[in-house]
Amino acid sequence: MSEFNLETASFKLNPRYQFQWEEAQQCHVLLYPEGLIKLSGSAAEILQRCQAPTTTATLVNELNKAFPGAEGLTDDVNEFLADAQQQVWIVQVSD
Amino acid sequence: MDKTNTHIPMWLLAELTFACPVQCPYCSNPLELSASRKNELSTEEWIRVMRDARKLGAVQLGFSGGEPLVRTDLEELVVEAKSLGFYINLITSSIGLTAEKIAVLKKAGLGHIQISFQGSNRESNKLLGGTDSFDHKMAMTKEVIKQELALGLNFVLHRQNLHQVEEFLTMAQSLGAEFVELANCQYYGWGLHNREHLLPSQAQLIEAERVTNEFRDKYKGHMDVFFVAPDYYDDRPKKCSNGWGTTFMTVNPEGEVLPCQAAKVIPGLEFPNVRDHTLTDIWNKSDLFNRFRGTDWMTEPCKSCPEKEIDLGGCRCQAFMLTGDATNADPVCSLSPHHDKVLKITEKAQRPYQEDETQKLMFRNPGNAKKLKAEKSELAE
Repeated sequence: MSEFNLETASFKLNPRYQFQWEEAQQCHVLLYPEGLIKLSGSAAEILQRCQAPTTTATLVNELNKAFPGAEGLTDDVNEFLADAQQQVWIVQVSD
Repeated sequence: MDKTNTHIPMWLLAELTFACPVQCPYCSNPLELSASRKNELSTEEWIRVMRDARKLGAVQLGFSGGEPLVRTDLEELVVEAKSLGFYINLITSSIGLTAEKIAVLKKAGLGHIQISFQGSNRESNKLLGGTDSFDHKMAMTKEVIKQELALGLNFVLHRQNLHQVEEFLTMAQSLGAEFVELANCQYYGWGLHNREHLLPSQAQLIEAERVTNEFRDKYKGHMDVFFVAPDYYDDRPKKCSNGWGTTFMTVNPEGEVLPCQAAKVIPGLEFPNVRDHTLTDIWNKSDLFNRFRGTDWMTEPCKSCPEKEIDLGGCRCQAFMLTGDATNADPVCSLSPHHDKVLKITEKAQRPYQEDETQKLMFRNPGNAKKLKAEKSELAE
């Protein structure tokens, strides 16, 4: 059900998850029924940009601009998105 | 004992009312039923509680009861909770729910609805919950799925419906539920009163777990099934609410703050009220929340036990109810000198399930509450 092509498809944050900054924990979190996932700084940077429909290419582009010179950024983004797809944190947006 | 409390109450359970149209004989609410609702917290008071809880770092909010849909200000409370940044769960029997209300609550910011079933078909749901509500529950389950809200189905298990697990899972699967909780009831309040007729035999449990595992394998990735076994059959206890005063905070309909829903059974504890104190003070400084926080309060065998940090001595309420002293080890633990009490109780439960046992259950309703109160005062005289 969560299978889509990360290279070509548009996707966004799964609306079932609530994404926000938590002051008490000093990190971004994903909230879902009766649970919470604490996000690393880089995970939050990516998911923050998935609140509206986006693509992998757009994300890499935006992140390269925000963090110029960051090494291995494309690989990191790809790796995270594959994981996020598996966890259904992101879902495909049909055109 | 002035320690700085570093725990964050991640979970706020808001018990909006004790009023409930269902009469579950396993309800964990106290045996006394308030005669009226006039002492319930007002909308403004609940908003203040929610705001203070958010300041403390609470993120998950459960609206429960009784039946939370009885409150006419539920939509307003959901809107406020959402604007504060809570993830909002509604824990309901679905009685009072309509398609329109689901839409309204979703728009207000509700994230998740958990609907409880008392039986897996019309007759047993009526028999075990005391309301003719099965068709409505089915309709509302479908409606929640249709409106794309996160849905959890909750089936409360005990000796009188454990044989229905297969029927229930089949039903949940056909409805398209993604998340099913099969929770053996706990023995507090009405559940404790009815324990003899609720505690399942080991054979019943083994069969129900077998069926559950089969289902899990078959529908992996489509339906998550959680099975909560009754801890009377374990040899180590469970932490109290993830540890007393570490994660959970319950505010009851009249404003008392509890570390767990059952804590009122322990005598000698004072329950601070949000009408008199701020939630921050209650969480950080009250005697109640510090009473069983950490491990300093422990007696032997917990005190010198290498596993004490794992289960924190188990459930304080269970320790009190079964041993008479809340500072004892939870007697579910095989290392407790009182463990034989648990064995005696489970021994009696090994008799086979019989259908007519339902008649012996004391259902939660005002008539029965009155009867129990009268019996209690007779005993006292």
